[in-house]
Amino acid sequence: MNPPTTVAYQVMWNRLISIVEEQAQALVRTAFSTSVREAGDLSAGVYDTHGRMLAQAVTGTPGHVNAMADAVSHFIRRIGRENMFEGDVYITNDPWEGTGHLHDVTMVTPSFHNGTLNGFFACTAHVVDVGGRGFGADAHSVYEEGIYLPIMKFAERGTVDETLVRIVRGNVREPDQLIGDIYALASCNEIGHRRLTDMMAEFALDDLDGIATFILENSRRATLERINALPKASADGEMTVDGFDTPITLKARVTVEQDRIVTDFTGTSGVDKKGINCPMVYTKAYACYALKVAIAPEIPNNAASLAPFVVTAPEGTIVNAVHPAPVALRHIVGHFVPDVVFDAFDKIVPGVVPAEGAGCLCNFQMSVRPTGATGRRAEVLTFNSGGSGARPEVDGLNATAFPSGVMTMPIEATEHAGPVIVWRKELRPGSGGAGKTRGGLGQYMDVSAMPGHEFDLQAMFDRGDHPARGRRGGLPGGATQIGQDDGTPMRVKGKQFVAEGRVVQMAFPGGAGYGDPAERDPMLVRRDLARGYISADDAAEVYGLSADDIAEVQATVARGEDV
Amino acid sequence: MTSTSIRLGVDIGGTFTDVVLEAAGVAHSTKVLTTYAAPEDAIIDGMRQVCTKAGVEPAQISQIIHGTTLATNALIERRGAKTALITTEGFRDVIEMRTESRFEQYDLNLVLPEPLLARQMRYTVSERVNSLGEVMIDLDMGQVRAVAERIKTAGFESVAVGLIHSYLNPAHERMVRDVLADVVPDVAVSISSEVSPQMREYERFNTVVANAYIKPLMASYLGRLEARLAEEGVTCRIFLMHSGGGIISLENAADFPVRLVESGPAGGAVFAAHIAAKYGLDKVLSFDMGGTTAKICLIKDQTPKTSRVFEVARTYRFKKGSGMPISIPVIDMVEIGAGGGSLAHVDAMRQIRVGPESAGSEPGPACYGRGGDRPAVTDADLILGKLDPDNFAGGTIALHPVASKAALMARVGETLDMDAVEAAFGVAEVVDENMANAARVHAVENGEDLSEYTMIAFGGAAPLHAGRLCEKLGIARCLVPPGAGVGSAIGFLRAPFSFEANRSVYMKLSDFDADLIRSLLADLQAEATGFVRTCDATAPILSAFKVYMRYTGQGWEIPIDLTEAQAMAPDATTFEALFEAEYAKLFGRTVTGMDIEITVWSVNATTPPQPVQALAPYDIVGAANAQGERQVFDPASGAFVASQIIVRDQMETGQTAQGPAVIVEDETTIIVPASRDAIRAGDGCLDITVKGDAP
Repeated sequence: MNPPTTVAYQVMWNRLISIVEEQAQALVRTAFSTSVREAGDLSAGVYDTHGRMLAQAVTGTPGHVNAMADAVSHFIRRIGRENMFEGDVYITNDPWEGTGHLHDVTMVTPSFHNGTLNGFFACTAHVVDVGGRGFGADAHSVYEEGIYLPIMKFAERGTVDETLVRIVRGNVREPDQLIGDIYALASCNEIGHRRLTDMMAEFALDDLDGIATFILENSRRATLERINALPKASADGEMTVDGFDTPITLKARVTVEQDRIVTDFTGTSGVDKKGINCPMVYTKAYACYALKVAIAPEIPNNAASLAPFVVTAPEGTIVNAVHPAPVALRHIVGHFVPDVVFDAFDKIVPGVVPAEGAGCLCNFQMSVRPTGATGRRAEVLTFNSGGSGARPEVDGLNATAFPSGVMTMPIEATEHAGPVIVWRKELRPGSGGAGKTRGGLGQYMDVSAMPGHEFDLQAMFDRGDHPARGRRGGLPGGATQIGQDDGTPMRVKGKQFVAEGRVVQMAFPGGAGYGDPAERDPMLVRRDLARGYISADDAAEVYGLSADDIAEVQATVARGEDV
Repeated sequence: MTSTSIRLGVDIGGTFTDVVLEAAGVAHSTKVLTTYAAPEDAIIDGMRQVCTKAGVEPAQISQIIHGTTLATNALIERRGAKTALITTEGFRDVIEMRTESRFEQYDLNLVLPEPLLARQMRYTVSERVNSLGEVMIDLDMGQVRAVAERIKTAGFESVAVGLIHSYLNPAHERMVRDVLADVVPDVAVSISSEVSPQMREYERFNTVVANAYIKPLMASYLGRLEARLAEEGVTCRIFLMHSGGGIISLENAADFPVRLVESGPAGGAVFAAHIAAKYGLDKVLSFDMGGTTAKICLIKDQTPKTSRVFEVARTYRFKKGSGMPISIPVIDMVEIGAGGGSLAHVDAMRQIRVGPESAGSEPGPACYGRGGDRPAVTDADLILGKLDPDNFAGGTIALHPVASKAALMARVGETLDMDAVEAAFGVAEVVDENMANAARVHAVENGEDLSEYTMIAFGGAAPLHAGRLCEKLGIARCLVPPGAGVGSAIGFLRAPFSFEANRSVYMKLSDFDADLIRSLLADLQAEATGFVRTCDATAPILSAFKVYMRYTGQGWEIPIDLTEAQAMAPDATTFEALFEAEYAKLFGRTVTGMDIEITVWSVNATTPPQPVQALAPYDIVGAANAQGERQVFDPASGAFVASQIIVRDQMETGQTAQGPAVIVEDETTIIVPASRDAIRAGDGCLDITVKGDAP
């Protein structure tokens, strides 16, 4: 048999990408947690025997990108090759060797072909509950955040470790869901493995070395071409956000060097007492995503395309929190990492990256319980988004996740998940920062428990005191607001009691504007006014639309016409 | 239908309107250019042509079945009516906020598609139904009246009503409709609990908005068509093909025009299903490849697979999520941007990419010599010897291999250090692999093993690629039917009257309520049967029962077919067993200790399938005469091989063509790879099988 031709390698690379996408789809379709099945907070990838990631499914979250790339080598080291058998499945939710917090369960399956280890499949999903204090920032150390599963075998030679299953079941609030999700993760790896085996048979491969080299060399070359086309320069970015009790300042120095870009977070605030700290692996993922989306968006993620993006931070900063720091809500800081990296990158290559946006997802979890004898307990987690920052040439996206890519859940599905009511979920006019291009609008959300229930709201918001900042003259986006319908104030973070009958009213932040609002195309101002994205006052005062124009727009709307 | 009936099938496609007339078992067909301004003109023109060919008068036609892309195009091109939405207070922006995600993670300048209705056309009213279907806030009738007045003042032509949880309790939507009927009686009204009574507000609202948006346009078109046909002397009834693969009355189509979306491709699937029946094939993969896209559909037990939701009007490289979701019963098809006109380039990783961008018909592939300088799949096919430059499209278009070669070298070969042949091989392999991947993923999602399948290939480009696709997918047998160029229109003539009714109602097996199930399914059966009855007053009507089940807590359901007995005497143990068997088939193992729930109930009422005459046996009578031979590239061995050339029209029943061979006809070219042989079957199909496997 001759070695495969270039054309054959091209076909195989395509195939591997298709296999991991299929693996991810299988997970979406079998998972129990709404975070996975509705929101797409998951990842899947294929690796060679050295643990090098060859292909990764493009799913909801860049946060898993590097984390997944590194995870498999931890499994190889911990389990030991000599202890790996056909039919094994490994598991962990270690924040530092997995993907950043206990709520992400990562599973790895060795792929054997003709009795020989050929590679690995790995997948990760965000599950709704792992016990402990529940999903929130209130823990003082990782020990309080839930059950910890060190890297270990979930199944050996096809037999599931029932002791492990019993321990897991005994330590979480929704045991059926979690065990269901673990099985879903295992079967999605199995699907990947089967398809890889088919491919190896079709191309008569004995191992993945040849195709791995082909993928990694081409990816490395393409990535280096992009990096080496940038000016060799260094710049600093800085941004302050709410944090839990005290504001957090993120600092990044981005340095373009020959064959690599170094991002260093020296000067960033130290770890917080509360669980909003970010393990290095997650910081790396988002720093890397920010640079990749700016300079090499179409190069797929694999070991070689990620390697030139070097990310460093002193231990003990909030972006490199070490064990046993609490890290449950590591996504909050993680989701702000791109904005601070963009702040630096914009000084090296202007005109590419957007203004600041809502940044972190506007997630909250409701722990609902009955107030009387009837009713039921439930944990209901929802993912929601504010507005994204204005781009140099186009407006920011309304109520759309960035940098995260997860989906929201339909409110009809959320209401089936537990005894809760979503009274309002719609755009928040006026919250998009003004500019030549406008920031995306945030959104309003009002929620309560069903009659006969009360709940704790676990708030995971930011940008209450630090709205998104504009770029090149653009104005800031609207800040986060939260309170109850009777006027009771609430905090943007932390677990807070909500009595039966009370409604929590939330306004999620808008993205910031880009460029001077005076330069905005008047047609777009008129359109925004007609749609109610901006008020008549803003149209007049911020954008200088004349009273006649405003009256004309209002008349057009009354006629049911678009402008 | 009796054998004396004369039936007309009409498919309005993007470029051509296909018309097929069947009289006394003989089909006459024609293709005329679609007339966008007045699509009925092309139909009349085509009808006259086929009537003349068949020697019949329009008055003798006993039935007309019509499918059209007009509904789809109106949605893509945003040419619908002035439409308003009335929705629950607090949810004005559901159709604009979509899933709050970016369908492309790595594009900083991504722009999301605009909703069909801008924000100022969306009104809210105070009301609320909860997830149990109970009213929590009464509908504010004063507000409804006020909104109706504003709709009147603004002069909206159509209104969509979509309220939260209305699939569980439609009372408020109906009350809104009543007020509108009172205040603005001339305005068309669509309510989500009728158009798409399914959970998930974004999909349901978008579906009802789409229905409302195209309703006036489609109603007016169908009215004009009816009148024009009457002027031509047509006296028979006109029926419409729907996206689920059946036909409905013109009146129902005018009420639910969103069900006409994708009716053309649905006709193609029905066409393939009919051939499957003729050959007694239970597992068929239909493969339809044209100029810009390829469509793949699984046909099990001679019935195309159906689904409850699909996406139209994708705006971003055919990318999933970039269009708008429509939740209606639909034939489940995968459509990818892979056709003869799909353009190839090399990306930053030095990988060859093909499509979804297409050369279209102007300038077309480089080989058309109309100024196209980028290589298309057709250029690769030409360089690989699959096409004859002097006999393309019946010799009407001369192809220029020199231009193909130049385009392939400039865009692929020079970058990758390949010669033109290797570049062409790469392009063809990548497009074939793209299609194979789409087929594999679709099969896996349905728990199917394609190696047990037979492919049925039609559409202009399919027979050029079907052989290689079969090799890649491990499919042993492929049928290429005659008349493949007008497959959808022929499919219309094979479709039964049918209507699928479905509803979201949650029930856990632990709360199994057999009486409720019986009454729910009986209601759905009555609803679906009612629609079919309007088409045919006497025919027997069959019902197919289906429930969608999942483990409680999962988000995605799997369809479970029930027999009539299982549906009418439901018991939890049977439901559980059926679900677990299907789940294990799809995902490898079941989950122990979990409750199971039913989420959606569905009844498809249909007239019996047309009787199919099984193919008469025939003997193999020897090899067909070759008209010569040419060099055709064999991707399996990576080299050119001498291939005999055979004219399809000259092949007689039972004659064989041993691969490697090219079988030529006016509409397309059939490539028989070196690994396979073809036989002309009794019905004109080419039956292509792995050497040594011949039936």
